[in-house]
Amino acid sequence: MMLLLAPALAFTSATAAALEPAPQIAFALGLDAEPEAAPSSIHRPSLPLDTAPTQRAIAPLSDVTALDDEGGRIGKVDVLAGGKLLLTNGVTTVEGSSGGGLARWATIGGRQMAGGLGLSAHATTIVLPDFGWRSYGMLLGLGDRVELSIARADFDTRDVGALLGIGQGYTFNLETAGAKLRLAGDVVYGETWLPQIAIGLEHKRSRDGALVRALGAAEASGTDYTISATKLLLAQSLLVNGTLRYTKANELGLLGFGSANAGYRVEFEGSLGYQLSRRAVIGAEYRTKPDNLGLGDDDWMDIFAAYALTRHLTVTAAYVDLGSIATISDQRGGFLSAQVAF
Amino acid sequence: MLLTTTAALMLLQQAPAEGTDWYAEFGVEVKERDPVTGEFLIDPYPMSNANAGATPYDSARLVEAFGGRTGIRRIAERTVELSEADPRIAAIFASHDMVRLKRTLSEQFCYLLGAGCDYSGRDMRAAHAEMGVTRADMNALVENLQDAMREAGVPFPAQNRLLAKLAPMSREVVTR
Repeated sequence: MMLLLAPALAFTSATAAALEPAPQIAFALGLDAEPEAAPSSIHRPSLPLDTAPTQRAIAPLSDVTALDDEGGRIGKVDVLAGGKLLLTNGVTTVEGSSGGGLARWATIGGRQMAGGLGLSAHATTIVLPDFGWRSYGMLLGLGDRVELSIARADFDTRDVGALLGIGQGYTFNLETAGAKLRLAGDVVYGETWLPQIAIGLEHKRSRDGALVRALGAAEASGTDYTISATKLLLAQSLLVNGTLRYTKANELGLLGFGSANAGYRVEFEGSLGYQLSRRAVIGAEYRTKPDNLGLGDDDWMDIFAAYALTRHLTVTAAYVDLGSIATISDQRGGFLSAQVAF
Repeated sequence: MLLTTTAALMLLQQAPAEGTDWYAEFGVEVKERDPVTGEFLIDPYPMSNANAGATPYDSARLVEAFGGRTGIRRIAERTVELSEADPRIAAIFASHDMVRLKRTLSEQFCYLLGAGCDYSGRDMRAAHAEMGVTRADMNALVENLQDAMREAGVPFPAQNRLLAKLAPMSREVVTR
């Protein structure tokens, strides 16, 4: 602050009137001093301007925030910038799509918003009395519109392999490439009666072509077509999902597709979830399946709990009842899945 | 040469006239606050509870879960404070009247939860016009509201019931 350019002489009127005029030293303020009060003709608000919100708005991101919502921009596309509410990207199905553990949902995977690009990866293991399941995959989310996914599943027959004469610990492999397109609605926002609706397909290929044909399957690869509707009914804290799947897959495709006398059928996948908190949801699912091979291929069901540990990491645990698989009945066990999403 | 010219020009400058209205000279618009409420004065508009954007609940238990009118007001004010401090959306709030927002938001929550208030604010489309709110911004606000409700000890199902009233308003609020 620059003060005092030059001392000046001044007289106060009071002293001038009462006493013998005495010189008094006053200080004239410098260049950056406050101007004299404006004449009364110009009105000014008495309250000072509140600059605090502006200061906060232009303040740099704190370390915590910077870590929380990172991502960047390439051209006009937000890349891995996130923005979705927790759990609204769903978890990952055994076929690699965004959904519940078993059922496909209309949700688009990844944490991106409209105009953004998101990524998600998952790994799932299911432990059954006589079999083991392992699947893993990746998913690309394009805005709030499109989801592209790839996944691979390994199905370990353990001792049953020897029993069926295909070899101890024989492992079936299935590759799935999926696509999903959101047609209308939003899982959280908009009209309560309008769910998020999406159509999609899943092209699957069994890596065990000769074997599944020997078991009676017509083909080693096939495509499922799906239409899904999903809505979070906030007033009830309920997540409701229904999916119709037009499919000819035997045990999701692990045992090939169709048979000599059976082809495409419409199957149903339903999920019901109750939101305990922003991070936690519990629920149940049911999925019908065809029995083209006559091996007693049962409907699947599960009771699940999903928890978002962070914005990016969600774990799902479930009790699954997969019924009879390849004539071996009572396949009930544990399901554990982890999803990392950006 | 340039320096000399500049110096000469500066010396030739006339001192500005006394009492120049600098705000007018630079086109600064000054919004006036009401001395009693501390809110900026705005143009009149038709007031109606219909502006709140949804029909209210009729449940004494729900009002109780939010801590009555006092609790609701505290939650609304806290939501605004959290959002002002939230780097994701602070810029949207920077140029707006937070005193008024705290009051109208509190009235809106109070009305929608059936706690017996009237909503005196504008409708959602008018209130958010030209703000350029995105769905990501709305998500950030929802998270701040959830934080405020959790701090106030509102049970999660009750929190969701308020959100159920607000979620359909995204059509009016989200403009890009």
